[in-house]
Amino acid sequence: MRHRIAEFAVGLVFGLGLVISGMTDPGKVMGFLDVAGLWDPSLAFVMGGAVAVSFLAFAVARRRATAFLGGALHLPASRGIDRRLVAGSLLFGVGWGMAGFCPGPAIVSVGAGEPKAIAFVGAMLAGMAVFEWIERRKACTPPAALID
Amino acid sequence: MQIDWNHFAPWSALTGGILLGLTVAGFLLLNGRVLGVSGIVGGLLRPRGGDIAWRVALVLGLLAAPALHRLVVGAGPVPRMDANWAVVVLAGLLVGLGTRYGAGCTSGHGVCGLARLSPRSLVATLAFMGTGFATVFVIRHVLA
Repeated sequence: MRHRIAEFAVGLVFGLGLVISGMTDPGKVMGFLDVAGLWDPSLAFVMGGAVAVSFLAFAVARRRATAFLGGALHLPASRGIDRRLVAGSLLFGVGWGMAGFCPGPAIVSVGAGEPKAIAFVGAMLAGMAVFEWIERRKACTPPAALID
Repeated sequence: MQIDWNHFAPWSALTGGILLGLTVAGFLLLNGRVLGVSGIVGGLLRPRGGDIAWRVALVLGLLAAPALHRLVVGAGPVPRMDANWAVVVLAGLLVGLGTRYGAGCTSGHGVCGLARLSPRSLVATLAFMGTGFATVFVIRHVLA
């Protein structure tokens, strides 16, 4: 239960950071992405501040075997740079540029009751579900290439 | 290139960013996990025992943030959501699919990945930034 409260607090403070930084305003995000128009560099400052502080945390984590509360360190298993990574990221960027929403700020905006954010997150979950469905089908279908 | 001085807010941007960094640090060092929202949410769609509650807790925190902000700071500026409904829904679909295939988003790759000096995340971030810039360019300066 103690851990659930900690995780809730993490989401809460992260969400607060997103609101304070203006990232829950799609206009601000698209203002950063609008290099040919009136350019709002704010997002660069947000990422700069976030990455700088996180860098210190990851530097500490690298030297540890466990988290400070004793649990395991679940760091992403590094795989190579593949087509999925690139294609997925390119696609994500298009969606991001279209509405100025990415997952975190969109969910926070749902909490604020924004109707378009609710529509976005609903569609996002649907997109994620499609991914899961495709992956599950791939796992169940024996690849023809193996029969050789 | 013209700076949008009406909207550029470096101090609140930095403050918010540092707050994001502190939460990433806390989540990493205390819970041992990377704060990548698309991964955290995506994992809810492939439920595994013992792996759901923490995700739900974090998402509830995200949802509660605006209420806390209103309490502590007061009402902020009204968000500008110019995209029409069809575009918003399509965008959501692309973000949902794209972040899962790409194994991350702005928090997972852009913040955590870059912070841990991950080459994968650098490539991912450059990719989504690239199409992000290109998409807004097309929407605002080609189609408009």
